[in-house]
Amino acid sequence: MAAAATASRAGKTDPLLDIRNLRIEAKVFPPGEPPRTITLVHDVSLTLQRGKVLGLIGESGAGKSTIGLASMGFGRGGVRITGGEVVLNGRDILKGGVGGLRRLRGREVCYVAQSAAASFNPAHRLMDQVVEASLLHGVATRAEAEKRAVALFRKLSLPNPETIGERYPHQVSGGQLQRVMTAMALCSEPDLIVFDEPTTALDVTTQIDVLAAIKDAIRDTGVAALYITHDLAVVAQVSDEIMVLRHGRLVEWGGTRQIIKEPRQEYTNALVSVHEIAHDEQKPGATPFLSVKNVTASYGGGKVKVLKNVSVDIFPGQTLAVVGESGSGKSTLARAITGLLPPEQGSVTFAGRTLANRLADRPKEDLRQLQMIYQMADVAMNPRQTVGTIIGRPLEFYFGMRGRERDQRVAELLDKIEMGKGFVDRYPAELSGGQKQRVCIARSLAAKPKLIICDEVTSALDPLVANGILKLLLELQKEEEVAYLFITHDLATVKSIADSIAVMYRGEVVRYGPKSQVLAPPFDAYTDLLLSSVPEMEIGWLEKAITGRRMESAGN
Amino acid sequence: MSSPIVKLIAQRIALGILLLLAVSVLIFAGTQILPGDVAQSILGQSATPEALANLRESLGLNEPAYVRYFRWLGGVLTGDLGTALSSGQDIASSIWPRLKNTLFLAFWAAVVSVPLAIILGLLAVRYRNGFVDKLISGLALASTSLPEFFIGYLLVFFFAVKLQWFPGISTVFDGMPFLDRIHAIVLPATALTLVVLAHMMRMTRAAILNVMQSAYIETAELKGLRAFDIIRKHAFPNAIAPIVNVVMLNLAYLVVGVVVIEVIFVYPGMGQYLVDHVTKRDVPVVQAVGLIFAAVYVTLNIIADIAAIVANPRLRHPK
Repeated sequence: MAAAATASRAGKTDPLLDIRNLRIEAKVFPPGEPPRTITLVHDVSLTLQRGKVLGLIGESGAGKSTIGLASMGFGRGGVRITGGEVVLNGRDILKGGVGGLRRLRGREVCYVAQSAAASFNPAHRLMDQVVEASLLHGVATRAEAEKRAVALFRKLSLPNPETIGERYPHQVSGGQLQRVMTAMALCSEPDLIVFDEPTTALDVTTQIDVLAAIKDAIRDTGVAALYITHDLAVVAQVSDEIMVLRHGRLVEWGGTRQIIKEPRQEYTNALVSVHEIAHDEQKPGATPFLSVKNVTASYGGGKVKVLKNVSVDIFPGQTLAVVGESGSGKSTLARAITGLLPPEQGSVTFAGRTLANRLADRPKEDLRQLQMIYQMADVAMNPRQTVGTIIGRPLEFYFGMRGRERDQRVAELLDKIEMGKGFVDRYPAELSGGQKQRVCIARSLAAKPKLIICDEVTSALDPLVANGILKLLLELQKEEEVAYLFITHDLATVKSIADSIAVMYRGEVVRYGPKSQVLAPPFDAYTDLLLSSVPEMEIGWLEKAITGRRMESAGN
Repeated sequence: MSSPIVKLIAQRIALGILLLLAVSVLIFAGTQILPGDVAQSILGQSATPEALANLRESLGLNEPAYVRYFRWLGGVLTGDLGTALSSGQDIASSIWPRLKNTLFLAFWAAVVSVPLAIILGLLAVRYRNGFVDKLISGLALASTSLPEFFIGYLLVFFFAVKLQWFPGISTVFDGMPFLDRIHAIVLPATALTLVVLAHMMRMTRAAILNVMQSAYIETAELKGLRAFDIIRKHAFPNAIAPIVNVVMLNLAYLVVGVVVIEVIFVYPGMGQYLVDHVTKRDVPVVQAVGLIFAAVYVTLNIIADIAAIVANPRLRHPK
């Protein structure tokens, strides 16, 4: 603390954080092989001036979070910092020992995690957690710290700033919790905050508010920040400089404008350029093969209505995209169609006849026609089965294929998803995220369905990998004549693959029609809000969007 | 605010009562299918058929089983546990002092073992996979692996025979001064502690280690908290439910599982009483003791359930 004070007085020109040739290693235990040491970060250097924001971007595995945590001398799991220096406020924190690190964490450097919902202790009130670090490090008395926390709650535009601290984490929403976490990081007045994907888990409409709150708080308190994200459009709104990382190495480092407007490296260019997928919208056919008619469904025996009078049609070989924020009923619609949540009213018709409401009452043939792919590919597969078994299972179950016939079909399917024969004997744990999702696609295709319901299938993937998956899905659609019900909150995805779009809000379809109509003005209020919330890769977009909203809410 | 919690707790208690009723049926049915005839065992082999018939009549043994069950249950509910066949004494009045003795022993064993187990569990987590953890786990497991009678005799051998610090026979009687009473039960209480310690310690360790994977533990680490404070303040409150469960299970064992220890130390508790009357085929006593043991067991488990409900902030503070 004293060191921080003297350093800030001593020289404004000294950087706050100076990382030199940082090398980080981890011990990995690959299945069936002896443990080995891999290098996560290869000799990366960076400097950060007081009050500035440096964005760290890259795909997963690029080492962004690892570098961010290294600025607090912290390594997750078996991660160890094996080389280089981390100079903060003029001293190498790696030489300060465990006690030195403890005095620094929560005092000079604070951390804002991706999932605030998981990062707050469910057993304690928010206020106790927000002021904990301040009290621990003797920065303030309890009364002072609480006063400061309330002021921060107000600055971050949280509702009821005086009393929200009384609540427990489960009593506030995800977006609010993320802001409380930012307040928690700011409360002990640190010199540096590490933001680790703070808005990634939020809905776009919530993200914009949290982003604006974080930006204001950084500006008003003069704290420096490392802002980690994989979303360039987001980082362009808050950072002064951007560092692009890949496979633990530095790719490019420059001012925000230079990185997004004049990238010098090819990889940066690939990240920056918008990935439009060429897809011509197909006009709706004469008759839909699957119709959802006036479906109403609820949880808890009618207590919580989650779908209200929903009607949509799906045409052969076409894609219906369902968009909306979390809680809008997108996934529930899928559950109603598949029979996992039997509708209370309304019906689902398939090929001219009404499907049984309950999954258990449907014949095998109906089950075969409707397949699903999930967001979390790794939990949708049995970790103890090989890829061959996973893809072969529907072949046995629906078609009674055995032996050589089945193996041949599995090989064909692997070919279709652009993965070779070599993957047949692999286990899910040995695959990358994109590969896992491809195996799930192959498994659903194996049933030769008419419709595949894709529930946020690209949300957990890096943009470039997600792009590959979307392209694959479109190709397979052409080859197999399969229709998709594509559930997503990502409007960019919708724009590239949908033929028709249903916008959902609080269990209702608020806008529905062919893509070209839905995405053309005039918009209804909610669709307008949704579209205007998608970050654009342009400096100053955030301010413009926020001003636009204020004017609207003022009644213009 | 507390309406869902009150409802849940009421449900647990109602369920407990139902469970006890079911247990009473089982105990009654169980003693009915035991071989042998009560009247015969009271009067002996040389009894005349008339005498047997008369006794059966006077004991109500000729009535249908369900009538006898409800009569017995009605008696139990009004505090009348019946009369011991072997001695003709009122069961309730002879059980009461013994139950007090058993609870006294169990209480002091719990006072020592529960905090000790939890603190050792916390320490094992703090130094997990290190020397301290292995030492604690090793010793605790060793003490559990030894049969309790062996532990009992070991304690008697060293502390009663060799060192002569404590009596080898734990005699207690009415009007005995408190400290003398404590002195008398040190060895059986120690034996019980050694028996139940490891289970509670290991479960505490496992429950907390499970919580240590959570993201909020990392948050606490990144605030600069000390390792032990993180465990105590952030991990322990979220592991209370499983810990309370295993603690209650072991407390129940301290009451209902003391038979062996009581016999070894000749301690005048429920266990001794039960063993004495089982050998005499004294069915009413066995029924009464069985019911009391079941009540203790069910009550402690209800307390564990309620503690788990109250420890859950989502139930305590609904949205």
